[in-house]
Amino acid sequence: MGNFDQKVNKFIEIFWEQNGYNKVLQGLQNTLMIAIAGLIIGIIIGTIIATVRVLPKYKTLPKVLNAICSFYVALFRGTPMVVQLLVFYYVLLPIIGLKITGVQVAMMVFGLNSGAYISEIMRSGIQSVDPGQMEAGRAVGLSFGTSMVKIVIPQAVKNILPTLGNEFISLIKETSVVSFVGAADLYVAFNYIGSNSYEFMVPYLVMALIYIVLVLIISLLIKLMERSLKKSDRRN
Amino acid sequence: MIDVINLKKSFGSVEVLKGINMTINKGDIVAIIGPSGSGKSTFLRCLNCMEDPTSGQIIFNGVDIADMKVDINIHRRKMGMVFQHFNLFNNKTVLENIMLAPVYTRCQELKKAKRHNRLAAFGKKEQIPVTTTKEQIKKEAREQAMNLLKRIGLEDKANVYPSTLSGGQKQRIAIVRALAMNPDVILFDEPTSALDPEMVGEVLELMKQLAEEGMTMVVVTHEMGFAREVASRVVFIDEGVIKEEAEPKEFFAHPKDVRLKEFLSKVL
Repeated sequence: MGNFDQKVNKFIEIFWEQNGYNKVLQGLQNTLMIAIAGLIIGIIIGTIIATVRVLPKYKTLPKVLNAICSFYVALFRGTPMVVQLLVFYYVLLPIIGLKITGVQVAMMVFGLNSGAYISEIMRSGIQSVDPGQMEAGRAVGLSFGTSMVKIVIPQAVKNILPTLGNEFISLIKETSVVSFVGAADLYVAFNYIGSNSYEFMVPYLVMALIYIVLVLIISLLIKLMERSLKKSDRRN
Repeated sequence: MIDVINLKKSFGSVEVLKGINMTINKGDIVAIIGPSGSGKSTFLRCLNCMEDPTSGQIIFNGVDIADMKVDINIHRRKMGMVFQHFNLFNNKTVLENIMLAPVYTRCQELKKAKRHNRLAAFGKKEQIPVTTTKEQIKKEAREQAMNLLKRIGLEDKANVYPSTLSGGQKQRIAIVRALAMNPDVILFDEPTSALDPEMVGEVLELMKQLAEEGMTMVVVTHEMGFAREVASRVVFIDEGVIKEEAEPKEFFAHPKDVRLKEFLSKVL
């Protein structure tokens, strides 16, 4: 295993002495920022789409909105994330003349993409809430929107929290493609270390470890959150 | 108070209500009975437009609320509703369940008044006097809710979630939740049908109290005892039409309609 020791030493050398750790921290920050921004934008978009999709549909406006939302979901679920990143960065943004960094583009695309997925998750969550809850809200004179926000969505979110956690985890893992548009994520950082030492085994191994640790921490956080949200279920 | 004129309701091609006319005056306690599938629940749910009527009019306090252009939410605040399955808000405590709608609607009105005043300041128009604050509204609603809970003897349950309560407790809280809006009328949709037999009494007792206080009530029920003792009028709905309508004494002693005689012989 002398060979492996050498590789580890080389990695440590570049990591500490040639500013490798800075790149890794920067990469970690970008990865988390893209995933978190993606999740937040996604939840907002997803909730709006899900609400539109459960609207009663005997008027024209809900029908039109519903068609737009279906199109949106089909579009973003029907193309790979990498393609969306490339199209936004190299096609759409130049056309409208907007100059933003790779990280910002990635946040945007991740938000739009996860919005499409979360809308379906949220819709199943909303439909899992007893329709009587909405009726009771309407019966005391609250509007559809208010009943949704104050009564149905909080219960829906509680039901879908584990699935939402999965979505966040897969977002974190998918950030590994953002280097396509020049965003410096974890992959870019370890690639830098690897190419400086002509040695990729240890850097990529450490990268995998960091992803696993990230995901484990998030799973733990979700579990804690679920427990605190369960309080209205517990008998006391 | 409520005038129902030629109310019809279809689900797809099935016509559930085939033209119902009814007048409900202030202080009336109308018990609606009928076999299952007769349309009695649908009728009740049409009264506050929980189901939109296919045709016909529902005149409530002078306004046709079956008209889709009317802002139904304003009128529903004056029409309480109590459901078979209670439908307490599961994500709110008992106190929040009762306070939610009064606080929200009054805060909305406050916001509207303030917005009006800000705009009116520019146009030198008349100001709406604002005499209350958000905190004041909350405080009053809390007091009112606690009084209502005290009335049904559940003030110690104010801060628990509905999942910890028995059916009878839930339904009584659902009734005071409707009361908290100071409604002109309360609609009851089979309020005791989902309860254990031993809990039916406590809910009926509360309803009886409300009746004695002069609350206008429309009750879809299978409790013939309640209909006989408390109701001022009993209505028999079958096959989507009112087959018979009379005072309880007359209604139970001398039923005229064939279907009603058959129905009463089965349930009494």
